Amino acid sequence: MEKTINLKLKVWRQDGPKAKGHFETYEVKNISTDSSFLEMMDVLNEQLIQEGKEPVAFDHDCREGICGMCSMYINGHAHGPDEDVTTCQLHMRKFKDGETVTVEPWRSAGFPIIKDLMVNRNAFDQIIAAGGYVSVGTGGVPDANAIPISKEDADEAMDAASCIGCGACVATCKNGSAMLFVSAKVSQLALLPQGKVERARRAKRMVAKMDELGFGSCTNTGACEVECPKGVSITNIARMNREYLMAKFKD
Amino acid sequence: MTKIESKIPEGPLAQKWTNYKNNQKLVNPANKRKIDIIVVGTGLAGASAAASLAEMGFKVKNFTIQDSPRRAHSIAAQGGINAAKNYPNDGDSVYRLFFDTIKGGDYRSREANVYRLAEVSNSIIDQCVAQGVPFAREYGGYLANRSFGGAQVSRTFYARGQTGQQLLLGAYQALMRQVNEGNVDLHTRTELVEIVIVEGKARGIITRNLITGKLERHFGHAVVIATGGYGNTFFLSTNAMGSNGSAAWKAYQNGAYFANPAYVQIHPTCIPVHGEFQSKLTLMSESLRNDGRIWVPKKKEDAEAIRAGKLKPTAIAEEDRDYYLERRYPAFGNLVPRDVASRAAKERCDAGYGVGATGLAVYLDFKDAIDRLGRDAIEARYGNLFQMYEKIVDENPYETPMMIYPAIHYTMGGLWVDYELQTNIPGLFAIGEANFSDHGANRLGASALMQGLADGYFVLPFTIQNYLADDIRTPRMSTDLPEFEEKEKMVKEKFEKLLSIKGEHSVDHIHKELGHVMWDFVGMARNKEGLQKALDRILEIKKEFWTNVRIPGKADGINLELEKAGRLADFIEIGELMARDALNREESSGGHFREEYQTEEGEALRRDDEFAYVSCWEYKGDDKEPVLNKEELKFEFVELKTRNYK
Ligand SMILES: Cc1cc2nc3c(=O)[nH]c(=O)nc-3n(C[C@H](O)[C@H](O)[C@H](O)COP(=O)(O)OP(=O)(O)OC[C@H]3O[C@@H](n4cnc5c(N)ncnc54)[C@H](O)[C@@H]3O)c2cc1C
Ligand code: SF4
Ligand code: FES
Repeated sequence: MEKTINLKLKVWRQDGPKAKGHFETYEVKNISTDSSFLEMMDVLNEQLIQEGKEPVAFDHDCREGICGMCSMYINGHAHGPDEDVTTCQLHMRKFKDGETVTVEPWRSAGFPIIKDLMVNRNAFDQIIAAGGYVSVGTGGVPDANAIPISKEDADEAMDAASCIGCGACVATCKNGSAMLFVSAKVSQLALLPQGKVERARRAKRMVAKMDELGFGSCTNTGACEVECPKGVSITNIARMNREYLMAKFKD
Repeated sequence: MTKIESKIPEGPLAQKWTNYKNNQKLVNPANKRKIDIIVVGTGLAGASAAASLAEMGFKVKNFTIQDSPRRAHSIAAQGGINAAKNYPNDGDSVYRLFFDTIKGGDYRSREANVYRLAEVSNSIIDQCVAQGVPFAREYGGYLANRSFGGAQVSRTFYARGQTGQQLLLGAYQALMRQVNEGNVDLHTRTELVEIVIVEGKARGIITRNLITGKLERHFGHAVVIATGGYGNTFFLSTNAMGSNGSAAWKAYQNGAYFANPAYVQIHPTCIPVHGEFQSKLTLMSESLRNDGRIWVPKKKEDAEAIRAGKLKPTAIAEEDRDYYLERRYPAFGNLVPRDVASRAAKERCDAGYGVGATGLAVYLDFKDAIDRLGRDAIEARYGNLFQMYEKIVDENPYETPMMIYPAIHYTMGGLWVDYELQTNIPGLFAIGEANFSDHGANRLGASALMQGLADGYFVLPFTIQNYLADDIRTPRMSTDLPEFEEKEKMVKEKFEKLLSIKGEHSVDHIHKELGHVMWDFVGMARNKEGLQKALDRILEIKKEFWTNVRIPGKADGINLELEKAGRLADFIEIGELMARDALNREESSGGHFREEYQTEEGEALRRDDEFAYVSCWEYKGDDKEPVLNKEELKFEFVELKTRNYK
């Protein structure tokens, strides 16, 4: 049955990349516990517009946990207190009536703030561009069933491939490392025969790009895995380290 | 009326595409480097086209409104992608996939296009596997298949419940490889706001940089629209929040025909609406209908008790359940096409048998499948969907049946294109959901991904050359030309006008109003009176919007409300054209159900002698009525039949 709650929100507001940011406090009332966190933010924005103020800028698109665009740091957790969900899938039933909720953007050297809760994650695209693919053009490929792939490998590749590129791992890591994201792609492709051919080159190039873009190094705290909404495992990091060492060894 | 030239190649059906390819003009490698192609959109269609064209040597400029190409709406597709591989040896073939698609589309699509789609479908799977897409596999290491609505064979390839994600990431990676090599100039957070026509040909676009607010001009020898569908006209739909019809609408305003706007798909298995602040509807993949059984209580009093929260579905005895799809359509059962399943759910709920708090829901029950296959097997197939459902609804679908209801999902209508995927404006192409081409009046499940990738990887990269081959002597044009200047000025004035209104209602507020009108009168069941009412109401909403919308902020810098306002302005126009088209089409076909045209049993009544055509709407000016042109559909290879899923 529908229940509603009232909340106090402390929201990070920042005009632009170079502007100084600050927390603003707002109140929202009669929020249905069946609505999602972003729907609650919609209510806040509607309220701000009615008051003639500028709404809070935040990124979102699919609102079903797959595009990786939503990115809020809520009460000290990337994507908020619930497990295995993105911000858009977080529901208000996880909050108590009268609670104060703090909402911040991802904060990390690799992801500069654009405005309010919006950050720039282009670095992820650049890392993929550096080698996160199989170098195959359109056409001229063998039949899809020509190379059998064990179900185990296919499933494991799929686990790694579920990464949605949200960046929660980076935002959570005290070093601001992008290892979980990078290792997920390296693992997926290294597990499949189609990707094996280039595995050394790929690992080297992606890691080099990551370092170049100002992400920190990994000290195995495992915090990223805990906050990853898709349950991408840190065993991928171990696999990537092996791939990377192998690549270096060959040089 | 203008004659519509669809450029279908000569020859027997199975030879047409081969004949076309053998005779088309090509651009040689040295010339490709001198040609710029603008691709708007980075979904399956846009990313695959941009990557393929760049690999061939063209210079590509690619645009997306999201912060990364990987976030395009295609990412959300769950269920799968069709192909005629016949790996399970269950009698599938290119012809059967073609036939199922024509029939599923209720005989309102072009035979030659659909056959080509079925023909290239197999190459898509090969391509994706080569890219490292982790499709589901059997223990023997070979690819797994499942079945989808409207088909009696298993031809759907899938990657858990995240097929769209995996296919898009494949295309995205291919695209980023080309970005890295300098062949694609990628513009993220950039929105097309106008199309530039020079001497009758599409030669460029005007964009708004969504971060700085700056208007920018881009030249291209050709422009490809791959911006997806216009389902968000209804406000609530399964589409991503940013999905919009604006690029297609700009093309229409510049003279391109808008085809079959009324053909909208309502998806039968979505999570029901929960309240007024709801911002979008979540799809539960149709693949669930493989193992789930759809039912409502047989007795009205049971349904009432459930709605009142006094009775649980699990407490209803087997004999008191009405598995209405199995009852009405024994041959296809729970796997009837989407339009049939959606209307059947509406029929039961309208009759008073609906469940959930609102009565606008039916059950999708996995109990039998779990008893038969075990919970683990069901979890392996649908685990992420079940998890998503539980997060949203707070109920465990392993234990209590899911609740579902139909929602707006996909638009079959779109920019009219010929066999070469070119609109009637030379040099302007449309691919993916943005065009109208292959699905007729209804799209079969797992066929949109197939079409988007067919267009982008295997069709457009060839057909566009037939046009460009005549353009190799055209040098790159300056964007200082008056045609660019004029369009930029127009856009600037429009944004200024919007910001100056300073009215009372937010963009979303007005959009919700539009959505209600669309759902009530231009939704699952339509009639003449309702459609006329819709046209009147939409006109009022348009007036309300242009005099009373409130957009805070300025045109410079990030202004999310301004972005939404620009898109809503176009949704209002699209809504009007949809209603107009639905009013004109006095028959029931596929996703378009006119209450006046149904059989005694309530099934859709098509009228082939009068309506076997594509409606091609032509823009005549803002306050003028558009003109209807007709592309007659000729069926040379299949016989027009009443669809029968009984
Ligand atoms: C929830 C859901 C599940 C689905 N599941 C399936 C399935 O299982 N199988 C299947 O076959 N189909 C499925 N579909 C349908 C299918 O996903 C879509 O039809 C298809 O992905 C559309 O691809 P596209 O490339 O044409 O457009 P989109 O993926 O919508 O991409 C549009 C692109 O255009 C860009 N864009 C839009 N407007 C502008 C503008 N003005 N300026 C610049 N760029 C712009 C966007 O940024 C984006 O990059 C599903 C759809 C939904 C909603
Ligand atoms: S690894 Fe997880 S947290 Fe990191 S980007 Fe991918 S999905 Fe997000
Ligand atoms: S909005 Fe797409 S993952 Fe949250």
